[in-house]
Amino acid sequence: MVLTGAEIVVRCLQEEKVEYVFGYPGGAVLFLYDELFKQDQVRHVLVRHEQAAVHAADGYARCTDRVGVALVTSGPGATNAVTGIATAYCDSIPLVIISGQVPTAAIGQDAFQEVDTVGITRPCVKHNYLVKDVRDIASTIRKAFYLAASGRPGPVLVDIPKDVCVQKCEFEYPREITMRSYNPVVKGHLGQIRKALQLLLEAERPMIYTGGGVILSDAAEKLTKLARLLGFPVTSTLMGLGGYPASDRQFVGMLGMHGTYEANMGMHYSDVLLAVGARFDDRVIGDPAHFGQEPRKIIHIDIDPSSISKRVKVDVPIVGNVADVLDELIRQVESGSARPKQEALDTWWKQIDEWRRRECLKYKNSDEIIKPQYVVEKLWEVTGGDAFVTSDVGQHQMWAAQYYKFEKPRRWLNSGGLGTMGVGLPYAMGAQLAHPGSPVACITGEASIQMCIQELSTCKQFRLPIKIVNLNNRYLGMVRQWQELFHGGRYSESYMDSLPDFAKLAEAYGHVGIRVDAPSDVEGALQEAFKRKNELVFLDFQVDQTENVYPMVQGGKGLTEMILSAEDL
Amino acid sequence: MRHVISLLIENESGALSRVSGLFSARGYNIESLTVAPTEDASLSRMTIVTTGSDDIIEQINKQLNKLVEVVKVVDISESAHIERELLLIKVRATGKDREEMKRMADIFRGRIIDATDTSYVIEMTGNQQKLDSFVAAIDRSLILETVRSGVVGVGRGERVLKV
Repeated sequence: MVLTGAEIVVRCLQEEKVEYVFGYPGGAVLFLYDELFKQDQVRHVLVRHEQAAVHAADGYARCTDRVGVALVTSGPGATNAVTGIATAYCDSIPLVIISGQVPTAAIGQDAFQEVDTVGITRPCVKHNYLVKDVRDIASTIRKAFYLAASGRPGPVLVDIPKDVCVQKCEFEYPREITMRSYNPVVKGHLGQIRKALQLLLEAERPMIYTGGGVILSDAAEKLTKLARLLGFPVTSTLMGLGGYPASDRQFVGMLGMHGTYEANMGMHYSDVLLAVGARFDDRVIGDPAHFGQEPRKIIHIDIDPSSISKRVKVDVPIVGNVADVLDELIRQVESGSARPKQEALDTWWKQIDEWRRRECLKYKNSDEIIKPQYVVEKLWEVTGGDAFVTSDVGQHQMWAAQYYKFEKPRRWLNSGGLGTMGVGLPYAMGAQLAHPGSPVACITGEASIQMCIQELSTCKQFRLPIKIVNLNNRYLGMVRQWQELFHGGRYSESYMDSLPDFAKLAEAYGHVGIRVDAPSDVEGALQEAFKRKNELVFLDFQVDQTENVYPMVQGGKGLTEMILSAEDL
Repeated sequence: MRHVISLLIENESGALSRVSGLFSARGYNIESLTVAPTEDASLSRMTIVTTGSDDIIEQINKQLNKLVEVVKVVDISESAHIERELLLIKVRATGKDREEMKRMADIFRGRIIDATDTSYVIEMTGNQQKLDSFVAAIDRSLILETVRSGVVGVGRGERVLKV
């Protein structure tokens, strides 16, 4: 069958069973949009800014096991998409971004809306392509989906010049993809896994340290099974939350800069550490030299060899897909007779429970002013702990991670690596489209929400009944916290004056807006919001301006050097 | 430590910038980088001379392998290997310097490949140190222009970098 380039692109998306394309039209993609118009299998979600298109596709991917797809035009369409692409790249989220390009003859001529999209995005994609021949479109898009989802996932961009969209060729979608230069290792090395198990069985103070890799490889059940078989404590990074049920006794909470006391102490004083799909980044272990002071053996499971021994030297590296490696570990534990050292383990748990008794997440609630932590706790109660929760970046993000206890994977969507303010609302859009009947809450702040607030319009158009939980403290809270603690209380440009009336703003977009001032109204307002199943409700909570996120490990400090509360200062 | 890394990469536009971009983005050193297609026109071979601690070299190897278009990476300096670099040097060759320049080129086994009344172009291959020594041995004021290819290298014996 002879088709045009534009027809081929849309056919490819259909072949990949793409449900939603998030995008924004423009000159260079007119032919593509024309073909989208003529069919109804692939649905297009018109955003209000290309950054949100990529974030929404990213959010969709995070809460499903599918590849997210975004479509943008050349020039500013592509540059606007860059923040979204970099955000997905840092968190290894599978995306395919299709960008229009000026006609091939115009490339390099400084044409209208021309940028070197492949050049600009090169450092923040897993791979990218410029398709100069219509005959390459099908195979390139097939490769893009394969690359995005396999190995360590990531965004792949396909740049298609306008004239290539009208050229014609025979269309056949390639079934098989082989790339001699790309063969990710999936199964872990059996010998290494045996060595790892030996270390685990000899451990006296073990810790299982899990990250986003558990979520990405859909290995939550396997992780839970292994942890219970061994009886070891489990901690998780921000990206791994939900990979192990938070209510389980073996879960010691999130670790890192704003991790729990027991998680950070347990991590630091462990003698055998099993790192699963996590990468020892600076927000997790703080100063690597301080972390290295305690002798311990480290086993590291990761699909990306370059993540292993990057910041911390590892004793037993296991390159492979987390789910496959955990499967093999479980098999070896179950088929062998050796069991962990129970006596040592009991002592270790005693120690951990003692750390737990510090109750590091306790905060002083108030009858007069709304505490942000209280709002998140109530949200957890009202939603039965089973909502899809997105956040933006800052204090509210940390409170969401600390106080919303995630029981299941792919329920918690936030920008961990790049730390992109503005992701919350578009992530919620992606999540709501992927899970139409489920409650979706966007925990945000008055600063973050304004970075993609135009998407309230998209939410109206597509009737997305998201619940926005705005923890409004009139400050760039995390910046203010650092300025208070480390910059002599000089609040340089962290106070926001002239904020909009968010409730009215939501109403202007055709949604429901509720302003909440009193702690006694918090629960009622949340219940009211979730009762409105078909409406977006913007809850604008006026929260304590001076509240800080604790515990806190100052940047560059060691994991055990935590500030537990204001009294520690 | 100095390392010579050889790699095979798909011969596609932009492949070179993926490699050079990786080095600049991650702050790795490039002493020299050369690239040209191999007998299989779909593959290019790149030779990168870099310096760094063992940890950094390990990361460089892993990061290079991670690039989707890179087919194979070998640190050829890890065992016996041969390195060569090509030097073309244009020198002033007049009066008594003319004879002296020819003599020096002969000593270093260089060849004069272009001559005018007043200048020579000398072609010389060898490892980096040899070329450095030659450039240091001749009168600096007589050098008009130098151009060096950067290092290429190959493992000794049966060690082969091939798909």
